Amino acid sequence: MPEISSTTDHAGIFLPFFYRLRSHGLKVTPQQWLTLIEGLARGLHGSSLMGFYSLARGIMVKDEAELDDFDLCFAAHFRGVDAEVTAIEKAVWDWLENPVPPHAIDPEWLKVMDSVDVAALRAEFERRLAEQDERHDGGDYWVGTGGTSAFGHSGGHPGGIRVGGDHGAGTAVQVAAERRYQEHRKDRVLDTRQLSVALTKLRALERTGPADELDLDDTIDSTAREGGELELVFKPPRENRLGLLLAMDIGGSMWPFKELVDTLFSAAHQARHFKQFDHVYFHNCVYERVYGNAAFSEKIQLGELFRRYDRETRLVLVGDAYMYPGEITDRFGAVDWTERNERPGADYLERMRDHFSHCAWLNPMAEHSWDAPSIRLIRRIFPMYPLTVQGVEELARDLARNGGR
Amino acid sequence: MAQDFSRFSGTDSYITSPELRHSVNVAAAIERPLLVRGEPGTGKTLLATAIAEDLGLELITWYVKSTSKAADGLYVYDTVKRLQDSRFGDHDVSDIRQYIQLGPLGRALTSERQVVLLIDEIDKADLEFPNDLLHELDVMEFSVVETGDSHRATHRPVVVITSNAEKELPDPFLRRCIFHFIEFPDEDLMTRIVRVHHPKIGKKLLEQCLARFYWLRKVKGLRKRPSTSELVDWIGALLAAGVQPGQLATEIPFLGALIKKEEDVDAVAKAMSGSSGRWPRDDA
Repeated sequence: MPEISSTTDHAGIFLPFFYRLRSHGLKVTPQQWLTLIEGLARGLHGSSLMGFYSLARGIMVKDEAELDDFDLCFAAHFRGVDAEVTAIEKAVWDWLENPVPPHAIDPEWLKVMDSVDVAALRAEFERRLAEQDERHDGGDYWVGTGGTSAFGHSGGHPGGIRVGGDHGAGTAVQVAAERRYQEHRKDRVLDTRQLSVALTKLRALERTGPADELDLDDTIDSTAREGGELELVFKPPRENRLGLLLAMDIGGSMWPFKELVDTLFSAAHQARHFKQFDHVYFHNCVYERVYGNAAFSEKIQLGELFRRYDRETRLVLVGDAYMYPGEITDRFGAVDWTERNERPGADYLERMRDHFSHCAWLNPMAEHSWDAPSIRLIRRIFPMYPLTVQGVEELARDLARNGGR
Repeated sequence: MAQDFSRFSGTDSYITSPELRHSVNVAAAIERPLLVRGEPGTGKTLLATAIAEDLGLELITWYVKSTSKAADGLYVYDTVKRLQDSRFGDHDVSDIRQYIQLGPLGRALTSERQVVLLIDEIDKADLEFPNDLLHELDVMEFSVVETGDSHRATHRPVVVITSNAEKELPDPFLRRCIFHFIEFPDEDLMTRIVRVHHPKIGKKLLEQCLARFYWLRKVKGLRKRPSTSELVDWIGALLAAGVQPGQLATEIPFLGALIKKEEDVDAVAKAMSGSSGRWPRDDA
């Protein structure tokens, strides 16, 4: 067993780190803290900051979206923790004195290696480490990863100093400062997941498929009716039969909301609870037809749309409903003159509403700006919800309860 | 325990990063489930097999489905069979125990020896599923209501849980796990992984395959990027067909092994014509 340090020592150095994580928005709990203390007491960190880094990360982080926040906190907190840095430096020097050559070594590299003066290299390393104050990937000078500098790891400089990685003595601060998990943070990803969870509330469970679940009530009933002769009754399991059709307004005033609508789209795509999930496009208001693609080249007449999707399909329109009111109330009022609508837009919207027994409108604009005349017109036809996690939740709940009307 | 620490070191056929090895050992030492996430095809499921092989333990796998219930993992009481048996009086149905079938979790908790338990794709089941497992995973004991028997694990199993992040897992569950995110392997690690599966592959072909593979992963607009397991299969196909290294510069034979969606095939074709046959690295 490695030496058992007293836990109070750990607490002295690491407790502020715990609170830093909390103040940074990571939902770490005392329970996780105690787990970490337990891990430290058992020496699972191998008495190195690198070991502590991965131990703490495994315990404190619960989602790849949090990895980047953890790295940020770690780098900020442990930059300049003297005791550890000394230990790490010593390990690097020890290793440098006794380098283990790779099994197969290119003779040319060996020549370069021989030409490197270890003392000079060490001095340079110290100097650069002191100069450097941020993460570094690639490049040919700073200590970091993937570059051709003489210092760092995964690099390509023959005869350089490797830091981090398998050796277990690398500087954890450097690794943390690399912020390798940045691309996973995307606060959007979280939104997608929250929206998916919200959308699952739309599901409607029905009994379909082969009857392979024992229906206890019916079995007792039938058995009693048969005078005690056992009569097993089965029923099909509950499954979601719900289809979802997203109709999305694109172009024009919707452009600023593109990312938000994309998020909703990928959330609906991910939520696997739907028997069928499809999407169509329109611009501002729906007239004779909708479009199967964003380029508006694939036309779907409303009659065709109604044939494809039965009235049980849930229709959710997504748009800002912000336009010239005439586009809803006038014949030939469409913003795109090629539409040549024989009837006012409102008629077509009402046809859609009448076909689908459950429908609603999601508006990416903030609720307080919903007093535009066109929005008021549309709200007379469709119940409108804001395109937020909460809005989608409300929509799902209302649609499940009363068909949205 | 500390003397057991660092016992998992990867196997001949399963190459790991040092970070992953550390996470496995930490989880085993403090007896928490290891939750593994990462892109599909990065070897989440294989990890449990590798741990079992390396530690010489039996592996019990629980493939979670959308209809899985937490209680079924412990045991299933086959009422239907018992009722049927009782019908003709030719079976003794008084012993309920013969109708209790242990599930994967139940078997792991009652095993005489320590085992590795893999709960695969936990996020496929209902949202409440992980919460229903909390108690059993915490105290490692359960009781069979029908018989009154209670079982307590003599050796805590090493629990590995995989998730594809399809659904958000509940916080109380997450807090009890050691989390590890398997990063997509870089070219060095990937070279080692491919060599394990195809030891005879030529250096040049391997380099070009990897270059093509990483280029493909960078093609814009891909719905599903090819993964490690697909790369290994693809290289297998190339070797079987005797494809020469030079061929990869202008075409991608057996593209279907890497790209599975029709829209993605179109996107790749577009990107290929954009690079007008030049070696993909130039415009990656």
